[in-house]
Amino acid sequence: MGEIVLKGVTKSFGAVSVIPPLDLTIANGEFVVFVGPSGCGKSTLLRLIAGLEDVSSGVIEIDGKDATAIPPAHRGLAMVFQSYALYPHMTVRNNIAFPLKMARLDKATIDRKVEAAAGVLNLTPYLDRRPGQLSGGQRQRVAIGRAIVREPAAFLFDEPLSNLDAALRVNMRIEISELHSSLATTMIYVTHDQVEAMTMADKIVVLNAGRIEQVGSPLELYSRPRNRFVAGFIGSPRMNFIDGTAAGEDGAATIGVRPEHLALSTTGGRWCGTVTVSEHLGSDTFVYVQADGVGTLVARAGGEFPVHHGDRVWLTPQPGKLHRFDAEGMAIAGTGQDRAGAAAAVGASNPRGSE
Amino acid sequence: MARAVSTRRKLVVTVVAWTVGLLIFFPILWTALTSFKTEAEAIASPPSFLAFDWTLANYAEVQSRSDYFRHFLNSVIISVGSTLIGLLVAVPAAWSMAFVPGRRTKDVLMWMLSTKMLPPVGVLIPIYLLFRDAGLLDSRIGLVIVLTLINLPIIVWMLFTYFREIPAEILEAARMDGADFKSEILHVLLPMAVPGIASTLLLNVILAWNEAFWTLNLSASQSAPLTAFIAGYSSPEGLFYAKLSAASTMAVAPILILGWFSQKQLVRGLTFGAVK
Repeated sequence: MGEIVLKGVTKSFGAVSVIPPLDLTIANGEFVVFVGPSGCGKSTLLRLIAGLEDVSSGVIEIDGKDATAIPPAHRGLAMVFQSYALYPHMTVRNNIAFPLKMARLDKATIDRKVEAAAGVLNLTPYLDRRPGQLSGGQRQRVAIGRAIVREPAAFLFDEPLSNLDAALRVNMRIEISELHSSLATTMIYVTHDQVEAMTMADKIVVLNAGRIEQVGSPLELYSRPRNRFVAGFIGSPRMNFIDGTAAGEDGAATIGVRPEHLALSTTGGRWCGTVTVSEHLGSDTFVYVQADGVGTLVARAGGEFPVHHGDRVWLTPQPGKLHRFDAEGMAIAGTGQDRAGAAAAVGASNPRGSE
Repeated sequence: MARAVSTRRKLVVTVVAWTVGLLIFFPILWTALTSFKTEAEAIASPPSFLAFDWTLANYAEVQSRSDYFRHFLNSVIISVGSTLIGLLVAVPAAWSMAFVPGRRTKDVLMWMLSTKMLPPVGVLIPIYLLFRDAGLLDSRIGLVIVLTLINLPIIVWMLFTYFREIPAEILEAARMDGADFKSEILHVLLPMAVPGIASTLLLNVILAWNEAFWTLNLSASQSAPLTAFIAGYSSPEGLFYAKLSAASTMAVAPILILGWFSQKQLVRGLTFGAVK
């Protein structure tokens, strides 16, 4: 069990409101990722759920029970911290055993559970070492071990991979996803890395200045962002935004198109421009184009696309992949296949390279 | 070239350090040497440094005239007692200031320290009268109380400094792991702060051991610690330098030995946090 419901939760530090009234339901067994830029309140929200911060108003329910006033120790949640927060004076064994000792389990049970957790996390050879003698990845695994032995109602992860190097981060990401599949326990994961959010989450909660901008599955957020903020935050490289006349042609204040949805051509298309940088990754080519009258656009071409600095190219949004936003930055409903298709057709037939 | 300069600089620094060290140590050495002289040699001019008739007579005289071990015991009880009670009060105080600071925490810390700037003689009369009315004059418990209060600001400050070096996330992790306040302090905070606590304990035992103003003014015979034992040798009959030196040497010897054995711990404690 691990359903967590936030009802009208707010948090202020003095006169500064960090979380305006917020409602959110996290279903049992879900992997939910809170994502947003630095200072958006995602870690604060996690700490409110953990009980490490008190809510200013509102209710937090865990498994149907009001947990708002329950201290962190008794909420039945386990947390993995960014800095691992291992006890440096204890061995790995004692670190993992600590929550069990606090729960006053008998020694035989503690030993059994610690051995089992160590086995799952490949920590058995390191049980008698201290955290200072471990690598970053091993330390993070100890922190996870300490969390799983509690058999919590939900796991809370606070940017757990941000202190690891890139290669290790990918491995740990997969390990945590596998852990979620095998334990089927609710997990709430805070990150500012939208790739982590996209790859791990069942449900992503995009936060901005303490407000929830959108909640949805990764692909939902990717293909139907509710506003310009979400559109810009989800996806890498970020979505291209075009204001002004070009957007007006599509009946919007701003139009957005993802780099992977811009067709590159050396012969014709909707927008013409000059290549400023081209990044050749082998699998992909990212082309940065200073498009005439539109601004800088990034396009992704699969495989190798032979253009270089100073080349003239044409860019055309793929049909149905154009996002339209009004002056407030909200997505315009029916973002359209028809409109985008029509625009593409217009662009193709009328390249305005000379503007 | 660079190496030559650094070697010369090292030499200068070493010489300066040794000079300062010897200057500081000289009075103690001189006291110890004087304690082995006769009274006549002790006041001889010019004084002899090592070439005198070494004698243990002063020590025998001092022990027969005043009971060293009773004073020693009083000193131990007063210094250790006041330090332990001080730690008991200061650990939670420093915890709250380091980990749940309020808007006025800094002011509270400064205010506590400001009490150390008050000349003790300014509050001697009120405290003396309070002690008289409470029946605490010339009692060990009275001296333990007053020395606890005198040294508490230093204990809180030192512990606060050590605790602030401990990442708050580790204590939060303990809370998430089901630790209550007592377990958090006992199983996580204190073991991590052992070096800091040890040096705080040592420094405060030394401060309390050497404290003379309150121990002299509030004790007479029953609770008199070694400071009173030394003072007993500067009497209206005149100063007996050799015996006074013997008494002083006996009084400082235990704390000197303690300091010698724990110097590593003390140095580490006093520079804790200064170098990351």
